Amino acid sequence: MTHRSVGQRVRLDPIACTGHGLCADLVPELVTLDEWGYPRLQHGRTSGPVDADTLPLVREAVTACPTLALRMEPAPLE
Amino acid sequence: MTLARPTHRVEPEAATDPFGVPIRPDVRLLASWYVDRRPDDLAAHLRRHGPLPHLAPEELIARVDAAGLRGRGGAGFPTAAKIRAVVRGRGRRGRRRPVVVANGCEGEPASHKDAALLHCAPHLVLDGIALAARATGAGTAYLCVHAGSPAAQALREQAAARRDVVSVRVEEVPARYVASEASALVQYLSGGPALPTSAPHRASERGVGGAPTLVDNVETLAHLALLARHGADWFRVLGTSALPGTLLVTTGGALRRPGVVEVPAGTPVRAVLDLAGGPVEPVQAVLCGGYGGTWASLDVLDVPLAPGPLEAVGATLGVPSLLALPVRACGLTQTAHLLRYLAGESAGQCGPCTFGLPALAEDVTALACSGPEAPAAHARLLRRLELVAGRGACAHPDGAVRLLRSALRVFDRDLRRHLAGRPCPAAAEAPVLPLPRPGRPILPSSRVSR
Repeated sequence: MTHRSVGQRVRLDPIACTGHGLCADLVPELVTLDEWGYPRLQHGRTSGPVDADTLPLVREAVTACPTLALRMEPAPLE
Repeated sequence: MTLARPTHRVEPEAATDPFGVPIRPDVRLLASWYVDRRPDDLAAHLRRHGPLPHLAPEELIARVDAAGLRGRGGAGFPTAAKIRAVVRGRGRRGRRRPVVVANGCEGEPASHKDAALLHCAPHLVLDGIALAARATGAGTAYLCVHAGSPAAQALREQAAARRDVVSVRVEEVPARYVASEASALVQYLSGGPALPTSAPHRASERGVGGAPTLVDNVETLAHLALLARHGADWFRVLGTSALPGTLLVTTGGALRRPGVVEVPAGTPVRAVLDLAGGPVEPVQAVLCGGYGGTWASLDVLDVPLAPGPLEAVGATLGVPSLLALPVRACGLTQTAHLLRYLAGESAGQCGPCTFGLPALAEDVTALACSGPEAPAAHARLLRRLELVAGRGACAHPDGAVRLLRSALRVFDRDLRRHLAGRPCPAAAEAPVLPLPRPGRPILPSSRVSR
């Protein structure tokens, strides 16, 4: 499957995050929870690219996060 | 028995040993101390080094660039690039004048080199601050030390004696491991708590009070003071091409004369330990780069003290410190003590660090105890190491992960014995490396397999 780039990435603010876990419910293909209930983005990093398929769900997760710990930002140019 | 603390003591003997002459010619920052055994006041400093040269900001930055000066606070970032970023930030932010922060907090308990420098050569650091302020056009400068630092009052007096482009405020920052991280200092000086932040922008764009901010380690600034006077070619005479100049190194553990020494980057580890008098008893490993650094086997003795060669053997330079672990200690137990300390020093802001570090500490403690739970703890530990790395706002959890990974590698033979439930007479031993709070045995000795 090819991932269509949307020029955006998602960033997790580990200080703001208190582990509500809504993001993992909404976008399980991008976010999993660790054993303490804190989200891990793909590859365990704190930011990652968003493709067109998951974009709507990621947007929803960004809006749903009770602590505004999840943000969309422009992806750096490659 | 706890080994001698690495102190900020600078041994006079260190100036003589293997290099033969009364004052080693490859000592720069501490040279005045070796000659006179007391810190220079401003008049003595000016007699010795002469006044600061009048260089245009661009000229100074070009000189720093040509010298290849890299930050001495652990990350080793090129200093010229950092200064340029602040100059660019100034353009962007319009009227806000840049701020210079000299970081002498030294949150790492294994390191005392900044304390030694601030005690032995305060005016080199103050020179560096003045130069950095000139290069960036800063209007404010802070010199940050740990709260309760014995140097604070002397530094205030020495700073008050100078007439620089900026007056330097000496700030005492809470003495915590994570408080000396750059974003924590910026937040503290802006009126907040001394804790790391996750702000996406850099201090060079928006730092103290929103102004473009240059945060440099005090040793970096002291080198700046000398290379501004003597030039880039002089600076590169010592050190390696990748890391020119000298390094202040804290030595400790099972050594005869633990303390701070200055050596050219690239000096073999063995030669640095010899300057500290060599081992006082048989040694099995060396902790390189502090408690968030790496254990190294004795193979490291022939490795040059520089980032590339150390990384090639799985070790780190970080903030240079070399602590010798005696043979009589158990590497896993000692790592468990360090992990418990690191877990306690978490700022408690990021979940993976707040919960992950105590979990890692518990796992390595179970391993150290060689009980029936050891194999399960080992499996958990390997999984959790993957889970914690790279997920904090600052590098604190990464340091703990790095230390643990190196312990599993370097103490591999002990690890197998512990996993097999073989008795380890040193498992219940108290910390042999100094911890800021007195360490307790990790378990009552009755629970240790005998």
